[in-house]
Amino acid sequence: MVDFRLSPNDTEILEQVRREGLAVRKHARYFDDHEEELPPEKFPEADALPGVSERVMRRPADDTPAATFQMLLGMARQWGDTLPLRQPPLALGNAALQAAGTPEQKERWGATALSMAITEPGCGSDSKAIKTTARLDGDHWVINGEKIFVTTGIRAKGVVVWATIDAQRGRAGIKSFVVMKGTPGFEVTRKEKKLGIRASDTAALSFTDCRIPRDHLLGGDETVPRQGSGGFRGVMKTFNMTRPGVGAIGIGKARASLDFANEALAKEGVEIDWERSRYARSAIEAKLVQMEADTEAATLTCLRAGWLADMGEENNVEASIAKAKGGEVSRTVPQGCIEALGAMGASREHLLEKWLRDGRITDIYEGTGQIQRLIIARAIFAYTSEELG
Amino acid sequence: MISFALSEPQQLARDAVREFARRELRERARRCDEESRCPDDLLEKSWALGLAAACIPEEFGGGGVAGGQTTSAVLLEELGHGCASLGAAAMAPMLFVRPLVEFGTAEQKRQYLPLFTGDRYHAATLALHEPRFTFDVAALETTAEKRGANRVLRGEKRLVPMADRASHFLVVARGERGPGLSNIEAFIVPRDAPGLRVHDEGDKTIGFQAMSWGRLTLDSVEAPPAWKLGGDSGIDGRRLIAGLRVGGAALAVGVARAVLETCVPYAKERVAFGQPIAKKQAIAFMIADMRIEVDAMRWLVWKAASELEQGLDATRSAAIAQDYVGRRAMKIADDGIQVFGGHGFIRDFPLELWFRNARLLTVHEGPAAV
Repeated sequence: MVDFRLSPNDTEILEQVRREGLAVRKHARYFDDHEEELPPEKFPEADALPGVSERVMRRPADDTPAATFQMLLGMARQWGDTLPLRQPPLALGNAALQAAGTPEQKERWGATALSMAITEPGCGSDSKAIKTTARLDGDHWVINGEKIFVTTGIRAKGVVVWATIDAQRGRAGIKSFVVMKGTPGFEVTRKEKKLGIRASDTAALSFTDCRIPRDHLLGGDETVPRQGSGGFRGVMKTFNMTRPGVGAIGIGKARASLDFANEALAKEGVEIDWERSRYARSAIEAKLVQMEADTEAATLTCLRAGWLADMGEENNVEASIAKAKGGEVSRTVPQGCIEALGAMGASREHLLEKWLRDGRITDIYEGTGQIQRLIIARAIFAYTSEELG
Repeated sequence: MISFALSEPQQLARDAVREFARRELRERARRCDEESRCPDDLLEKSWALGLAAACIPEEFGGGGVAGGQTTSAVLLEELGHGCASLGAAAMAPMLFVRPLVEFGTAEQKRQYLPLFTGDRYHAATLALHEPRFTFDVAALETTAEKRGANRVLRGEKRLVPMADRASHFLVVARGERGPGLSNIEAFIVPRDAPGLRVHDEGDKTIGFQAMSWGRLTLDSVEAPPAWKLGGDSGIDGRRLIAGLRVGGAALAVGVARAVLETCVPYAKERVAFGQPIAKKQAIAFMIADMRIEVDAMRWLVWKAASELEQGLDATRSAAIAQDYVGRRAMKIADDGIQVFGGHGFIRDFPLELWFRNARLLTVHEGPAAV
């Protein structure tokens, strides 16, 4: 049965996540201003608030399915601030490990925070243009190259690096490798200064004749291509799971901004009356209605992508739809809220301007909105990336 | 618990209506639009699908499906996908039946619902829109003044779906307590009521020409208490209007999907500068956006419809669906013409028809009800 209601248990869990978010808001400005500092693994308030993960694990099986609920959790977490009350123990590289690693590799590194290094100075979403190389030398891979925009590159204990083992093979030649911090030849060269999400560290890495054991190839030697592009698809699968999750982040930012604006405007006597005719609405109320509609639409596409994953159905297109919509509202809604509030809406006295800066990345990382449209269009027209680039 | 799962009966109904819409509505849409008429045989065939009678309780000879607003939304999308105008004509009796099932007194249900459980299409409709440019359901100009136990209806109604065939009109009027969605009242007015004039000349609009639109004048129509829908308790105006908004939006999702699905093969076939236009991002992205928005619109419609079905207050969700679908469906219909270029402007192709239908559909409060 088509249903969009939440159980009381899920409502409570999400409220608890929002309470955590509220608790962290007062630290948010500090770590935005002090980008050079890494936030602590957890804030003191964390002890006063019970973690939700236990509760999430104990959710009854007949409730909203897990991946769908993860979308709601992602939105609720971002509603507080980008800064988490507790730093998540794992990072994006761990998702790649789970998607493409052998059982032994999952066992070995499953509890170690791994970042993911794809982007290079000369390539972003066009990952088949990767220049970083991995050359087999006896029982070791030798890695050479530069990586940028590595999320959690500073804090993580290791990194999943994308490199080509055979530039002639294009995508099929791209493999991913686990490299731990402290490996000779692996260096963190820089911490990026950013428009937003400053509490999340973003690093540049360099690999110079960096030797790693042969079994650090994600997925093991079987993924070394004979034919086809199995290895690349393996890691790309990571993104089918994470794209809607990133969409959810943008939606959380949009929702938080809209709640802030609604509350502030209500004090000034501007409030959406859903019964009122559009002829009786001010320009600002009309704008709020539009932003509510846009945010709700994005939310539902995100839930849809999660729900298809829960049902074990193909969600490649829907994952991109969710990411595209999340990216859209992460830009338009915080901007619109500032516009609705006027100059004080842009003041650093409040977090709204920060959410605009924080949210702006949503339509860029893990594939820009344009990349998502390419993915969708290729699926619609049954074109390969060569046919529609 | 969040779920996008259609039940098996819902899927079967959707598939049956999809096939009907493809075979009957899509095929005949152009001719019906050009001739400004909806053929009898088409209405009879649509009636055989049992769409209007499904929500009528079994005791009155109906299908006895409680609620069913989500199913209605799913089916309206399919009808809109075939032809929104013919689809709305087929479903017009729902504009009368649904409010009666929801708000009617036992006596009103007994008296009127059996009209719709027979084998032949029976038209009755809702008279909501008025001649004013800035028409507003929360500020109706049709009044229902008290005269003894009766009420006197005065006003003018426009854009009344299928008025030419309707045996009864559900006339929506400003409530006794004044303007406001919650205050509106509805009256069951038979076609031959003294003071009611159904104009021979109906309304003509940019689109939706296959369905007839009527004009009514209510010149002191004396309505006895038995005509007031819901009797003393009246109706839930918010719910009535929400059902209309969701119904109109559901049709519009179907129109948008039709545009999308027609643009895809065209863009792959049409070659410009040596390659299919689908291989150019300017076109590919426009169509990708259609795909994105058709999904987004549909889920908003489903959410509002499911809230109505669950007896929740769907005012916000329905307003959101109306706003969002209004913007996006119109954009898609507009972009559809652009993808087809000159062919989009030519009446040999359906794009201009869908564009015209979408233009009316997204400003009307709802020529269909879920």
